[in-house]
Amino acid sequence: MDARKRKKKVLLMGKSGSGKSSMRSVIFSNFVAKDVRRLGATIDVEYSHAKFMGNLTLNLWDCGGQDAFMDSYVSAQRSNIFSDVAVLIYVFDIESREVDRDLDTYSTIIRALHQYSPSAYVFCLIHKMDLIQLEHKEHLYLERAQLVKERSEGFDLETFASSIWDESLYKAWAGIVHKLIPNLAVIEKFLHAFAKAIKAEEIVLLERSTFLTVTSVVNNTKPRPKHKAPISNSPPSDSPTNESTPEDDSNPNFDRHERISNILKTYKHTVARNTSNTPASAGFVLLKLQTAQFNLFLARLTENTYVFVVVPPGEAAFNCAVLNTLLAREAFEGVTNAK
Amino acid sequence: MSANLRQNKPRLLLMGQRRSGKSSITSVVFHKMPPRETLFLESTTRIQKDSMHSFMDFQVWDFPGQLNYFDPTFDAEEIFSGIGALVWVIDAQDDYTDSVTRLTASVANLQDIYPNINIEVFVHKIDGLSDEYKSDAFQDIRQRIEDELNDHGYKNPPVSYHQTSIYDYSIFEAFSKVIQKLVPPLGTLENLLNILVNNSGMEKAYLFDTMSKIYVASDTRPIDMEVYEMCSDYIDVILDISELYSYPRSESTRLGPQMVETESSVTIHDGTMIYLKEMNKYLCLVSVIKHPDAKDKKGLLDYNAHIFQDALNEVFARGWEKQENSEAAKEPAEH
Ligand SMILES: Nc1nc2c(ncn2[C@@H]2O[C@H](COP(=O)(O)OP(=O)(O)OP(=O)(O)O)[C@@H](O)[C@H]2O)c(=O)[nH]1
Ligand SMILES: Nc1nc2c(ncn2[C@@H]2O[C@H](COP(=O)(O)OP(=O)(O)O)[C@@H](O)[C@H]2O)c(=O)[nH]1
Ligand SMILES: [Mg+2]
Repeated sequence: MDARKRKKKVLLMGKSGSGKSSMRSVIFSNFVAKDVRRLGATIDVEYSHAKFMGNLTLNLWDCGGQDAFMDSYVSAQRSNIFSDVAVLIYVFDIESREVDRDLDTYSTIIRALHQYSPSAYVFCLIHKMDLIQLEHKEHLYLERAQLVKERSEGFDLETFASSIWDESLYKAWAGIVHKLIPNLAVIEKFLHAFAKAIKAEEIVLLERSTFLTVTSVVNNTKPRPKHKAPISNSPPSDSPTNESTPEDDSNPNFDRHERISNILKTYKHTVARNTSNTPASAGFVLLKLQTAQFNLFLARLTENTYVFVVVPPGEAAFNCAVLNTLLAREAFEGVTNAK
Repeated sequence: MSANLRQNKPRLLLMGQRRSGKSSITSVVFHKMPPRETLFLESTTRIQKDSMHSFMDFQVWDFPGQLNYFDPTFDAEEIFSGIGALVWVIDAQDDYTDSVTRLTASVANLQDIYPNINIEVFVHKIDGLSDEYKSDAFQDIRQRIEDELNDHGYKNPPVSYHQTSIYDYSIFEAFSKVIQKLVPPLGTLENLLNILVNNSGMEKAYLFDTMSKIYVASDTRPIDMEVYEMCSDYIDVILDISELYSYPRSESTRLGPQMVETESSVTIHDGTMIYLKEMNKYLCLVSVIKHPDAKDKKGLLDYNAHIFQDALNEVFARGWEKQENSEAAKEPAEH
């Protein structure tokens, strides 16, 4: 694979005010949710890039959603915008009063994408779900997602419910990133073997600056019956970060990975604030937690990743696992940078 | 009745006008609700004994206009005899005249019958106010209360004032100060923490009520807000992660012996370490360690924390027993 292919063009689209720039800032620019009020409307397209896992770079095109811009994307700028797209992320505001009009605009965009990048992935985020009361969340989300599906012209589509105010945003973006990591199978194989070697119950790989889950493996010797995924706020599609071995997962907390992302990112902000550091340079060297039911640790693995390892109770085994992980760093670095 | 109700722990009562923020405070401090979500809280007209059982016991009382709790049908004895502090919440963004009047009337009444209750005034919702208006309102409320109490003939009533908001640390800090007055052997605890800090090369150590993140005591070095925030937020990190992985597992997955108390540490980019250790069901120790030598001596750290834990549990056993006895001795005299 040549280097150019690892630069993935990602379009971020949706009506003005739907929350595109907000989520980009929270995930990639270390904004905390309440700071996004400072953002103004995006004029035309704002380019940024996010380096991911060493060799994967996302070129984000945050496309301002005011009508005039949207019109120009599908006309004058059509080929420029829609060529070579790896992913389209389309954001719908759940509180929008003009659902039909939003869907029409979406259709127009989808047709342009179909013309220039028919193999792109499409992710639709039904956003600002925090404004909906808990008991209405699920059916409102499913209903809206269904409408969107009907307008998607056969694209391979995934939908997520999201809000910058909770972990749902991490779930959505982890799902997106998961689709784009080039050598995922190799990484997962390595993690599986490693989990067996150190008797870990679970290993999660997290990107260093966003804390998005890249992937995870579960290592259960005795598989148990699969639990039903919890309903609220999560689409019926299976969690992409658990794809490798969902049947082995005996932990009933299916949203744990996005919650870990959120917990750690939030604490990173606390640390940055209180050590007069920028959030970008703040981080953790090693976190250990021992309880009566489980042990876990978080450690830097490669330049761009943290590894989060959960081990069953047993102090000696835990100490071994920590040591072995620190020793295994070089081997990992080789795997994640492999061609 | 009282022995049962009290369970040897300090009791707090939270009162104030409707919509002053009582339920929000309880939800944020004791149920870990994100502050924004309090906007969804429904206003109810209950006289609800929303009881919290933690290191201390805690009740919330709405104080709607028509309720006169000194009404004979009301068991004032039951309400007030056991409490250590009455927290009165005043909405600083609203007209507070009524609330102040009601508060001073209550203080006047309480002073005669239960002179040992601390009155803690929370001047609340200060987040929405400009700095200038904030301090003006605070001074004004304070002045009015003092004037009115003076008019009632009370010279030095035990009233303290705090500026609070659920949107920042101020609410936790205010509660910490309230609680610290009620912890019987605060001086002893501070001494023990001083010893721990000195022996282990720590920068600062706090003893937190785990569930509420209120701190019960700290060593006597000056409080550094930066360190405090990193410590108190770390409790959330640990509780939140623990919740995700504490599901029941079969015994056979165990890999060996394991201590029962939760213990955790994190080293951050600049080399600072935050160290947390569960002390008992309610309390945890959180400390900051910067000195490189101290961080490496994990064994010594654990050992010192363990000694502290033993001493702590002994102090509490003794402290509350004493308080209980002296109260028991006093009670008959009041009738
Ligand atoms: N309640 C809630 N508000 C949100 C959320 N995400 C964004 N917002 C708010 O939505 C408003 C618009 O956000 P932007 O990110 O600027 O919207 P945009 O899609 O980039 O808009 P254009 O740049 O004009 O296309 C801001 O006031 C945000 O605070 C969310 O998850 N929940
Ligand atoms: N700005 C601000 N609003 C608050 C604060 N505390 C509570 N509120 C709001 O005040 C309103 C009433 O609060 P509630 O807890 O129901 O009052 P209660 O009747 O005393 O229990 C809610 O909308 C809260 O969101 C605060 O610290 N700052
Ligand atoms: Mg924008």
